[in-house]
Amino acid sequence: MFDDSNIIAGLEIGTSKICVVVGEQNTDGALNIIGLGQSKSRGVRKGEIINPEHVEEDLRTAIFEAEQMADVEIRSVYLGVSGGHIRGFNNRGVHPVVSADREISQDDVDDVVKNAMAVNLPAENTKIHSVRQRFSVDGQEGVTNPVGMLGARLEVEMHVIHGHTNRLQNAIRLVRGTQLEVDDIVFNAIASSLVLLTNEQKELGALVIDIGGGTTEYVVYADGVIRHSGVLAVGGDHLSNDLAYGLKVPLSRAEKLKRDYGSAQITDAAKGQTISTTTENNLKLKPVNHEHLQRIMSLRLEEVFQLIAKDLEQAGLTDYLRAGVFLCGGSARVPGIVPLAESIFQMNVTPGHASAISGLSTALDQPEFATAIGLVKYGSLRNRKRTDRPFLKGFLGRLLQRT
Amino acid sequence: MQTPEQTDFLETPSAPSVKIFGVGNAGLTLLGTLATAEFSGAELIAINTDAAALAASSVPMKIHLENKLFRGLGSGGDSDRGRVLAEEQFSTLKSACAGANVVFILAGLGGGAGSGISPVLAKAAHEAGALVLAFVTLPFDCEMSRRAAQAQAALEQLKAAADGVICLPSQKIFKLIDENSTLVETFRVTGGLLVEGVRGVWSLLTRPGLIQVHFGDLCALIRNRHAESAFAFVEASGPGRAREVAEKILNHPLLDEGRALTESDAVLVSLTAGKDLTMAEINRVMEQVKGQCGHAQIIMGATVDAGLKEKLCVTVIAAKNAASPASVTPRPEVSLTSQVASGQRGPVLPPARPRRVGLKPVQTQLPLTIISKGHFDKSEPILHRGEDLDVPTFIRRGIALN
Repeated sequence: MFDDSNIIAGLEIGTSKICVVVGEQNTDGALNIIGLGQSKSRGVRKGEIINPEHVEEDLRTAIFEAEQMADVEIRSVYLGVSGGHIRGFNNRGVHPVVSADREISQDDVDDVVKNAMAVNLPAENTKIHSVRQRFSVDGQEGVTNPVGMLGARLEVEMHVIHGHTNRLQNAIRLVRGTQLEVDDIVFNAIASSLVLLTNEQKELGALVIDIGGGTTEYVVYADGVIRHSGVLAVGGDHLSNDLAYGLKVPLSRAEKLKRDYGSAQITDAAKGQTISTTTENNLKLKPVNHEHLQRIMSLRLEEVFQLIAKDLEQAGLTDYLRAGVFLCGGSARVPGIVPLAESIFQMNVTPGHASAISGLSTALDQPEFATAIGLVKYGSLRNRKRTDRPFLKGFLGRLLQRT
Repeated sequence: MQTPEQTDFLETPSAPSVKIFGVGNAGLTLLGTLATAEFSGAELIAINTDAAALAASSVPMKIHLENKLFRGLGSGGDSDRGRVLAEEQFSTLKSACAGANVVFILAGLGGGAGSGISPVLAKAAHEAGALVLAFVTLPFDCEMSRRAAQAQAALEQLKAAADGVICLPSQKIFKLIDENSTLVETFRVTGGLLVEGVRGVWSLLTRPGLIQVHFGDLCALIRNRHAESAFAFVEASGPGRAREVAEKILNHPLLDEGRALTESDAVLVSLTAGKDLTMAEINRVMEQVKGQCGHAQIIMGATVDAGLKEKLCVTVIAAKNAASPASVTPRPEVSLTSQVASGQRGPVLPPARPRRVGLKPVQTQLPLTIISKGHFDKSEPILHRGEDLDVPTFIRRGIALN
């Protein structure tokens, strides 16, 4: 217990909240969530920091709360990153096998991965992840581990996720400024997918959509590997803003209306109805039309799903998603969002639950904590890799294959 | 679509008679480039205050506006002088416009002649019963602020007087040219763009079309709209030309990367291509434009020009939502001139107005404010295929909440 390296913390600096989750990993590698801290976020817009002072203050509050609850001291965190500047794409690396007997060695594998990672990024961008997909040997696709196989030409596909260096550094510096170390940065949607999906679902093919306050991130798994990822800088804030504009109410009231009366579909009960509310002092507020409220929200969410669906269609991935769509993030709580998504994606849609993890059930059931829990999970996988085995097989190894 | 009124309207001339006026030095230069065989059906008329420049022009018909007080030195860059001169000679201008169905006015706003004369000329042409379309350039930002102010004022007056103003802010040209372009080249690009605009409308009206745009349609679309229009001309060739053209339209800097289409409520699309133009190509382009336009009224014309071979050229003119209500126009005058234009039929109502009512049954929206992005006003906009995702979806899709 003196070495607390088995304590892992995940930190998400979100647009609506800052959230810290603390997990404890036992000697078998199993993970248990023991603490949770959160605070309202004031200095973030569309997933990017606009006021570092506010963020720092909120961050301290959240960390303090999590430390109190878990009764540990947090020294380092895995930091989730998001924002409209983050992009993902696939890159292919090729390497000729030159040894006399044509047997593929570990060196060949390292070389081909290196080739695949040598991508031309814009000068101001850096890589966040480069995830190895399947190898192909002399055109034979779908090889998971080519070491020991015979072949002349080894190829590999990598999924590279990159973002604007300075904006990523802003978040890292801010965390470091509060005397915390940053173990690693992780793209939010990847973190969420770690707790939402089981290995079978990744094999079958799944789309994870994390609709947060300021951004919507998504990642596609097919055949067990990450095939596609993206960010739309549209989220729950946009719902509130649309309502404020459309219903002509202040933003704070729009936010409250969204939470209390929002729906992703126009319900029969709302047709022609108005909502009358009062302030805390029992003063009557201007009544708003319930149907309009739902229509505005429905249109916005529909558009978000349509944009994602279109993106996947262009990437040619629509037919690979046999396990369906998984939703998480705060906006996944909007009633009726599941049938709406089903009608657009034409497939099974599941509201996400953090499965494959134990601990505080109050935290695990909430879709908005999926990312932070996923960050802890990511950390635990990293730890396990470091301590247990030199080379991990299967998905985890590929996921963790990083520069 | 063909109503009896409309056939009457088109009865006498098979192609409407067109007069093209070049006003001021810039207008003369533009007119010079237009003096080709293609525009032989149109009457070209040059108007200027500067006698020397006018003499240098090759255009046969010239109107020199002069006053002894100015000693033949032109308007001296003062639009008030230009306007005074033009108003003095109002009857001359009006008689020059007589008999035309369509009057194009080409001018560079900002100087004395272009800014001063154009609005007056537009008014004269309107009174003479013609449909008035002005093609104007606005000065570069780096030119003096006085010119910019003068140009803005002239643009406002022109919008009130002409049926449609197609306006090309020179500043936007920067996005189309590269850094090393010479001054001459830059002006040629500006002039070329305007000429393309004229040519697009011109070929729409005169060439035999696969899908013809009737003069009446054009009138109905732009008459009395008094709006400022954005326009773009794109071309492409090869097998994927329809797709390429559509892409180029949606990314065109002069259309604000497609935003101008979203904001417009009337759009004119003219396609010109060689004999191999297919319906599928037209369909493809139109679908893209339609998708971007939302509820705008779209007029489409397709013409075949054997000389173009493999090229597909598309001219898009998008009339912005008229911000000013119709009260700017003197109403009685309008009905009178329309009646004159409609010809012999005595008791009928002016042809343009009932059609407009029929086509736009909805009450036009009041010019409330520019669409506010509220909370996101100062943040980096999220642009996705020319749409700003920060603007509420229901507004971009034009869904009314009532």
